Amino acid sequence: MNKLQKIFENKKVFIPFVVANDPDFNTTVQNVLTLADNGADIVELGIPFSDPVADGPVIQAADLRAFEAGVNVNVVFDIVEKVRESTNVPIVFLTYTNIAFKFGYEAFCKKCHELNISGLVIPDLPLEEQGDLKKYTDQYDISLIQLVAPTSDERITKIAKAAQGFIYMVSSMGVTGKREDFSNELSPTIKRIKEVTDVPVAIGFGIHSVQQAQDLSGLADGIIIGSAVVELVNKGEDLAKYANEISAAI
Amino acid sequence: MKEMQETDPKSRYYGEFGGQFIPETLMTELNKVSEAYDKYKNNPAFLEELQILLNDYANRPSLLYYAKNMTEDLGGAKIYFKREDLNHTGAHKINNVIGQALIAKRMGKTRLIAETGAGQHGVATATIAALFGMECEIYMGKMDTDRQKLNVYRMELLGAKVHPVTTGSMVLKDAVNATLQAWTQRVDDTFYVLGSAVGPYPFPEMVHDFQSVISKESKQQILDVEGRLPDTVVACVGGGSNAIGSFAEYIDDENVQLIGCEAAGKGVDTDQTAATIERGSTGIFHGMKSLFLQNNDGQIDKVYSISAGLDYPGVGPEHAHLAITKRAQYVGITDDEAVDAFEYIAKTEGIIAAIESCHAVAYVEKLAPTMSKDKIIICTLSGRGDKDVASIAKYRGRDIDE
Repeated sequence: MNKLQKIFENKKVFIPFVVANDPDFNTTVQNVLTLADNGADIVELGIPFSDPVADGPVIQAADLRAFEAGVNVNVVFDIVEKVRESTNVPIVFLTYTNIAFKFGYEAFCKKCHELNISGLVIPDLPLEEQGDLKKYTDQYDISLIQLVAPTSDERITKIAKAAQGFIYMVSSMGVTGKREDFSNELSPTIKRIKEVTDVPVAIGFGIHSVQQAQDLSGLADGIIIGSAVVELVNKGEDLAKYANEISAAI
Repeated sequence: MKEMQETDPKSRYYGEFGGQFIPETLMTELNKVSEAYDKYKNNPAFLEELQILLNDYANRPSLLYYAKNMTEDLGGAKIYFKREDLNHTGAHKINNVIGQALIAKRMGKTRLIAETGAGQHGVATATIAALFGMECEIYMGKMDTDRQKLNVYRMELLGAKVHPVTTGSMVLKDAVNATLQAWTQRVDDTFYVLGSAVGPYPFPEMVHDFQSVISKESKQQILDVEGRLPDTVVACVGGGSNAIGSFAEYIDDENVQLIGCEAAGKGVDTDQTAATIERGSTGIFHGMKSLFLQNNDGQIDKVYSISAGLDYPGVGPEHAHLAITKRAQYVGITDDEAVDAFEYIAKTEGIIAAIESCHAVAYVEKLAPTMSKDKIIICTLSGRGDKDVASIAKYRGRDIDE
């Protein structure tokens, strides 16, 4: 069984997200270790992009802080290398197509393999355009994470059939960032996914409170929390406490 | 209009360029737009409604004007201007907006959103939204709302809401980001009227088709007056909508040279440029695989041009394909050259043309004298220059009260 999928076997999975190099190298290394020690089952690490069209203001601001501190793709790889000295926590990268494309799909996947990266989440690479990259994610044993949106409708079946690792269920319309309400389509959509695949489903976009984490984890196999974690990082607040609370609640 | 092969995913591409690199949230809607476009693009009732609006509302066909003074002054090839500046709303943008808005209407949409650079596409979209009784919201970089205040007010006058975009470098690229984001929030009643020949399929195809009216007309017009095709067609290129429209009908006529004029800003060798084809490399952004100004890490560069309509870090995928296959040539024109041309065409022909279009005029000034008098150039004047008068005055050190 796929190594990411295995993590979901006996529990609800908590996937927090931080932007690499926000606000600097050492803080990111420390934050990943803290999350890994306090209930994170998988850590999603963002490789900043100049024009993150799927991201809201909180993550955009984090990207800017990371750039300010001199981030580039190699810095992100160095961060993971440093993290790997202390933990084997499963890590997935979130980035945009052009970052991997410009690095070279094969070289990028090879490097990810060397760093024991388990998966890639690429919000601007829909199923139809994945062919060129998929060749190398397969070769280097990296899961290309499929996203399903509230609007996916007739596309759900074919996306679910192509899924590996886990499916990233986008909770609602719009971009990343805190929200109070989630799409009514969540339950029926997850049901449709489950009809065609055993690949677990994690819900992301907008989740911030413990209550929301609890409620939404009831609908799926895991939850992804991005902007709320990034905001804690920005304010220098206690990541360990938050991660423990979420992890205990789901 | 060109037939698409729907079963072949490669039909979304021009050679290696194009595609649909867009968040999953938009894919279903994008496919609906594709289906609607395929359904209506050859539909006689649709085409008739389009033609009536183009002719009776937008003032088409636009004139093909023989620029006698410039021809004599430059002493070489005969120069004709395709006068898109005489269209209703003052630019070529209306051609595409009418087409896309008619598709939107048939899809049952009641709200139009659009990005704009100089404001011409925003004004055209706001105009058609007013005509069709639709809601309209326009996204425009804060830099551009500042340097194109007149167009901002124009859009508001037409009933549109204008959102100044304060992310990134606050220009056209950021306006496209913001419009894409706004679209992911609300798709049910909303149609994104994309103004340039960029973005995910089917937008480059729609813009090509709706703007090709420029070259359909110019071809007939030049055959009528000269009895033959032009030797060279020149147009300015940002994302490339007026250029693709100016080139479209000549692409298969191999003897017609096609030249796109990019904004070189302060020079193609400086970092203050928008000369994408000359300086860019292959990348994937704004829904398409194309050429972009970017760093080695794949981060999109900040770009610069005096022209708010041309300072875009990418170019439409069909232009990238025409450039790579050498079917068209692309040249850089600096701010200085464009401003000189702005003044030259005003004094020589009595035409105040948009600063965007003056990038093409500047190249014609260089090219015409090198060609013999029996040669013919058609240059597209994509828009009129009223919107630029204040900023050109400022460039020349004159402060005039708007």
